[in-house]
Amino acid sequence: MSLTGAQGIVRPYGDTTGDGRVQVSFTLPVPFGDEAERARAEGAALQLAGKMGLDPAMVVHAKGMGPDFTFFIVYGRVSHLVDLSAITVAEREFPVLPAAEVNLRIRSALGRKLVVVGACIGTDAHTVGIDAILNVKGHAGEKGLEYYREIRVVNMGAQVAVPDLVARAMAEHADAVLVSQVVTQRDAHLSNTREMSAAFNGLQRPLLVVGGPRFDPSAAHDLGVDKIFGRGTTPGEVASYLVHALAPAGEAA
Amino acid sequence: MTGKLNLDPALVARARELARLAGQPVTDLARTHTTVSVERAVLRLAGLDGADEDGMPWVNRLTDAVRESVGLEHGVALPAWDALLTGGYPDLRTLAVDAGSGLVKFRLPMGADADAARESAARSVRKGLDRIDAQRAERDRMVAATSDPPMPWIYLIVATGDIYEDIPQAQAAAREGADVIAVIRSTGQSLLDYVPEGATREGYAGTYATRENFRLMRGALDDVSRELGRYVRLTNYASGLCMPEIAALAGLERLDMMLNDCMYGIIFRDINPVRTFIDQRFSRQVHARAGIVINTGEDNYLTTADAVDAAHTVVVSQLLNEYFGREAGLADGQLGLGHAFEINPEVPDSFLLELAHAQLVRELFPDAPLKYMPPTKHMTGNVFAGYLLDAFFNLAGVMTDQSILLIGMMTEGIHTPFLSDRDLALENVRYVRRAAGRLGESFRPEPDGFVAQRARQVLGEAIELLRTIGSQGLLTAIGEGTFGVTRRPADGGRGLDGVVQRADGYYNPAAEMLEVSS
Repeated sequence: MSLTGAQGIVRPYGDTTGDGRVQVSFTLPVPFGDEAERARAEGAALQLAGKMGLDPAMVVHAKGMGPDFTFFIVYGRVSHLVDLSAITVAEREFPVLPAAEVNLRIRSALGRKLVVVGACIGTDAHTVGIDAILNVKGHAGEKGLEYYREIRVVNMGAQVAVPDLVARAMAEHADAVLVSQVVTQRDAHLSNTREMSAAFNGLQRPLLVVGGPRFDPSAAHDLGVDKIFGRGTTPGEVASYLVHALAPAGEAA
Repeated sequence: MTGKLNLDPALVARARELARLAGQPVTDLARTHTTVSVERAVLRLAGLDGADEDGMPWVNRLTDAVRESVGLEHGVALPAWDALLTGGYPDLRTLAVDAGSGLVKFRLPMGADADAARESAARSVRKGLDRIDAQRAERDRMVAATSDPPMPWIYLIVATGDIYEDIPQAQAAAREGADVIAVIRSTGQSLLDYVPEGATREGYAGTYATRENFRLMRGALDDVSRELGRYVRLTNYASGLCMPEIAALAGLERLDMMLNDCMYGIIFRDINPVRTFIDQRFSRQVHARAGIVINTGEDNYLTTADAVDAAHTVVVSQLLNEYFGREAGLADGQLGLGHAFEINPEVPDSFLLELAHAQLVRELFPDAPLKYMPPTKHMTGNVFAGYLLDAFFNLAGVMTDQSILLIGMMTEGIHTPFLSDRDLALENVRYVRRAAGRLGESFRPEPDGFVAQRARQVLGEAIELLRTIGSQGLLTAIGEGTFGVTRRPADGGRGLDGVVQRADGYYNPAAEMLEVSS
């Protein structure tokens, strides 16, 4: 029996195959003052380690942090087995690409800059989402779309009327329109999105992308848009989707 | 201070002169214009607080009403105090409520009426400045009664979104050795054209900057300062569309340092360049008065551009920030110029390059409390390697006598730091200070060695860039994408509609008093 085969059962590797050894660190809200407290704190850490499946476990480091907390580093052997055959990999419809590759794809597929027009529509004044995606400053350690050399960003800001958005998207020859909706009172995000997609109907419309914390990502077709992004979306994912949809890799030189 | 890099003093003077030439036209613009936020800051200094039931501050309602009926070309003070006096209003708040409902007819007073309005406005604004002066004196008193920690100050960030969670975390950080606590703002606050009100308990990746939050946190840090016998400083952000107002609130509530950059909002937040420069000048005048140390944001350039290629843009921005800061009345000791340790650790000699850049900045600005920012861009999620990189950052900081060290987190970019992340980070910097705190005095780069040559090269490139900026004009340079990687034209971005050219007879009591004092 192979312990490392693709279909096999494996354990963590410390320094010997199958030894199951791992390291974890965590904090417990327990004091680490006098001797009795210290003993109790280490006992608490060992109890947690045991419940996490570490047996035997060894507290190699414990340190009080202020009067109420203790930090631990624990080594131990986990009893759990990893069944490689039971792993399913969730497939994204598009790969997330580094910025340089996004730029390259646009250059080779379009031969010009990709134009993105972004806005918060309706009465929504929460530009947090659209700005996190568009501003250079970005979000979650990723720069926004403005940072991409081959993307031209027009950020119309908050409370943009749908007809103004359509007019601007047409005037800029937008490849994609990004709309962010945070306010969800009386399902405003849904009705605004439908109004927006309807307004582009019949025109040679750009790719329509909406985002916001309360959207159901699978409702794109229903709302008449091409893609919905939910909470926690990063600019890199949006940029990667845009090139996936608009600048296919194809027969690049 | 004797230099370690053999910088040519004539070249350094030339760099400063070029920065002045580049900045001067922008200063002229700031002197001849005002903004809605500058005018609202006047009302805040005069004591107008609070907001309507929708959370819109009364300073906004009153300023908007004045603007609608007579414009802001003459400033908000003349029409507002004229209406206050002639309408028999007991205070600005009552006036603002009526003005918000469209019940007040504003006019531009003339003759004796104008004199009366000016006098009354000046009296009210002076009370605000008196409070700022009193807070400055109170800071001196607190520092004397506790103690001033030695530099480098350890700067730690707190950001839960909830001011009542921030407070115990900030106090815990202070007890663990933090000398400066920064409360990061909620994402997007810089783009709000008003300052939220009251104590706030929810924010996105940060806590709103409000006057009440400032007051609560300063009070909590005063308690812990007394407990520790060491004055713990408080930092927030005077940036974005409300820079002047937040500067005023910071002075009134005794914040100690404020993030305040001359170009950050333009480059990274797409705020209109003209609006930014006008707001920036007024906010710095307030900071100068309040004894607040500003922190500039050059580290941001290195997160978008390569830290080696763009090293000279940091120096250029620092020289511009110094020019604008001094022009607004800030002393050198209030110029917390920023820079960062962001070179890719895969680059050969990366630590030597970091030392060259850090030492160059130290020697260019010998009296500035430099703020040195830890690695963020090359923190990969390998927390163990990140911890090592942070140690090298701390070492570079002590070797080159940096003044304020923002403490790097090994979990940078992964999550809001755990309590343990912060504790480990402090352990890291304490070790480096203990082990190598005096290494700076023995650090003597070879006069023509790699470090000294690199520093001189960066200075040379900075001077070249300043020449280009000077010949095309700063606003054009920003419009063409010289800083960061983004083009920001002078007529683009947010907040331009809040810019107003001053008319003859423009009156701003705060600006007059601050101009005299600078």
